[in-house]
Amino acid sequence: MKKTQSTAKPVHKPVFANGDDIQIPVFTLLKPDGTVYADAGSTSLDETTARRIYRAMLYTRVLDERMMAAQRQGRLSFYMQCTGEEAAVIGSTAALDDADMIMAQYREQGALAYRGFTTDEFMNQLFGNERDTAHGRQMPIHYGSRDLHYLTISSPLATQIPQATGYAYGQKLAGKGHCTLTIFGEGAASEGDFHAALNMASVHKVPVIFLCRNNGYAISTPVTEQFAGDGVAARAFGYRMQSIRVDGNDILAVYEATCEARRLAVEENEPVLIEAMTYRLAAHSSSDDPSGYRSKKEEEAWHKKDPLRRMQRWLLDRGWWNEDEERELTESLRREVLETMKQAEKRRPPALETLVSDVYAETPPLLREQLETLEAHIRRHPEAYPRSAPWLNGSTETEGQP
Amino acid sequence: MSRMNLLQAVNNALDTAMAVDERVLCFGEDVGVFGGVFRATSHLQEKYGRERCFNTPLVEQGIVGFANGLAAQGSVPVAEIQFADYIFPAFDQLVNETAKFRYRSGSLFDVGGLTVRAPYGGGIAGGHYHSQSPEAYFAHTPGLTVVVPRNPHQAKGLLLASIRSPDPVIFFEPKRLYRASVGEVPDDDYELPLRQAEVVKEGSDITLLAWGAQMEVIEQAAEMAEKAGVSCELIDLRTIVPWDIETVAASVFKTGRLIVSHEAPLTGGFAAEIAATIQNRCFLYLESPIERVTGLDTPFPLTLEKEYMPGPLKVLDAIHRTMDF
Repeated sequence: MKKTQSTAKPVHKPVFANGDDIQIPVFTLLKPDGTVYADAGSTSLDETTARRIYRAMLYTRVLDERMMAAQRQGRLSFYMQCTGEEAAVIGSTAALDDADMIMAQYREQGALAYRGFTTDEFMNQLFGNERDTAHGRQMPIHYGSRDLHYLTISSPLATQIPQATGYAYGQKLAGKGHCTLTIFGEGAASEGDFHAALNMASVHKVPVIFLCRNNGYAISTPVTEQFAGDGVAARAFGYRMQSIRVDGNDILAVYEATCEARRLAVEENEPVLIEAMTYRLAAHSSSDDPSGYRSKKEEEAWHKKDPLRRMQRWLLDRGWWNEDEERELTESLRREVLETMKQAEKRRPPALETLVSDVYAETPPLLREQLETLEAHIRRHPEAYPRSAPWLNGSTETEGQP
Repeated sequence: MSRMNLLQAVNNALDTAMAVDERVLCFGEDVGVFGGVFRATSHLQEKYGRERCFNTPLVEQGIVGFANGLAAQGSVPVAEIQFADYIFPAFDQLVNETAKFRYRSGSLFDVGGLTVRAPYGGGIAGGHYHSQSPEAYFAHTPGLTVVVPRNPHQAKGLLLASIRSPDPVIFFEPKRLYRASVGEVPDDDYELPLRQAEVVKEGSDITLLAWGAQMEVIEQAAEMAEKAGVSCELIDLRTIVPWDIETVAASVFKTGRLIVSHEAPLTGGFAAEIAATIQNRCFLYLESPIERVTGLDTPFPLTLEKEYMPGPLKVLDAIHRTMDF
């Protein structure tokens, strides 16, 4: 329904509109206690996928608890938890083809867990050691995986959103039926890149799904100070885009909504905006203390809507899961994370040469000279550079002896 | 060989690139059926279809963000920013994304296929916002390659090399030369090397270094200086970063004198970087201080544009100052 100046209906007195007459409902299938609403439609989620989702949710919870503890012990410089938003992230990922692209913000490790990123890969990135594929260049939690179609995380907010539109345009031209899912917070949706991305996707009919995790806060700023309109979902109308609001802590609703969004994107080249209503149960990051901007009471209310407990109840009710399995899996995941972390933190730092590689496909002479100058300097003062001096001295010492 | 102006050479390069590689896409504001406000993309939509050559909404950050995503996906995007003066809304995408894509992922992902083209520079009575030369902003960002051609032959060869380079390139086209610079351009597919300066005229007394439209200016200054018996060596830097230190240093070892000239303001301009590096490499060979002949440290003016610009007479004065030091 494209309106141009010549096709819009004329009126002869001023008519203003602010969108208040449109109320976007919240799509939800599971009650907060994990039982299904009486009038809820059926779900297409099968047992195998449901178990894979739940395992990834549990894994993410265990990983986050363990790594936040490690950060508090001073073993890790920084950490960010997905806690409370696992259903929004993993449910949407599960609705995709595993070869669809994901461009996330930074709190979406659940998507990687679902696709099979190994504990070793998580740990090597977190500790920025010699086995980190990005050679310790980025802060912890900036994961990426080409094999798992997960774009390396970039700290600047919302930059991945127009990139997702471009990536998906390329997928459309390639014609292999793939799409891109980009995930971001409601704060990032205030950035210009968000608006640019939605507009371009709609104009060019691109197979991209925009998933906003509306978790209530952008660090400390509540949504009431982020926007005045009806959340993020309503913005799609300005771009004539399909939009849906879902209960982001309801795994069934997220999954069903994303399945349909993917169908619209891939089969009809209709981009879709999904606003997942959720809550960041943990702090923004290891450097944040939420007690300064939100109440314990509010947090407790959201703990009662914990997406893991809701899904667990649903699985138990169907006989697709049992409590022994839960206990055993949790214990074995905790062991795995702890053991793998101990190995990763002992590994050597990346080689000095990785400071200058990958800036360009081929390192320019000036940069090679800068590396040589640095190497000579470190050789003169090895005691000041304990991380890199052993590499230069051709040390063959094994792990744990940097 | 065909006789064409710089704009036609750019168009010809894009046509060539799109013909041989279907992954090459051209887009930007008014780039589609209209062929761009300067006509650099004329007839490309007609020839290659709307999917490969198209208009975008008017949003530079979106254009470059979209182009970054396309390049990461494996396409070869050639995005046009209508004027270099309007590239700044895309600064974040270029500086924080394009430039760091490869490094931050350890080469898991890169946007090497990306080329961003933008008409650039003054001399067309364009005032503040249709005249700027912003190369130094981008030269300060490791990971970017910045290229400026001086004539039609260079434009086609360097643009084709930029499009096919494994690194993202910002390609600034001196718009004053779009129709003013005319020359013979090979019809076939050819590339000129990136990261390589070119000695366009040999000389023995002084080295004059510039790029883009400023090459014509130093050539005119050199002609005047030659009449006074000063032998000038002229170098076109061509790639601003990563820049060819060796060629410039070799010339200065020989001449002992260097003038660097650009339209952009003096302070923090790329001439400062060149002067610092060359005095370090060639200190004992220098006969006089390295001079910079540049725009003023002001926004780009309109009525008094000629006064602002580093014209041939300003370069000639600098040559004499340097020779008489």
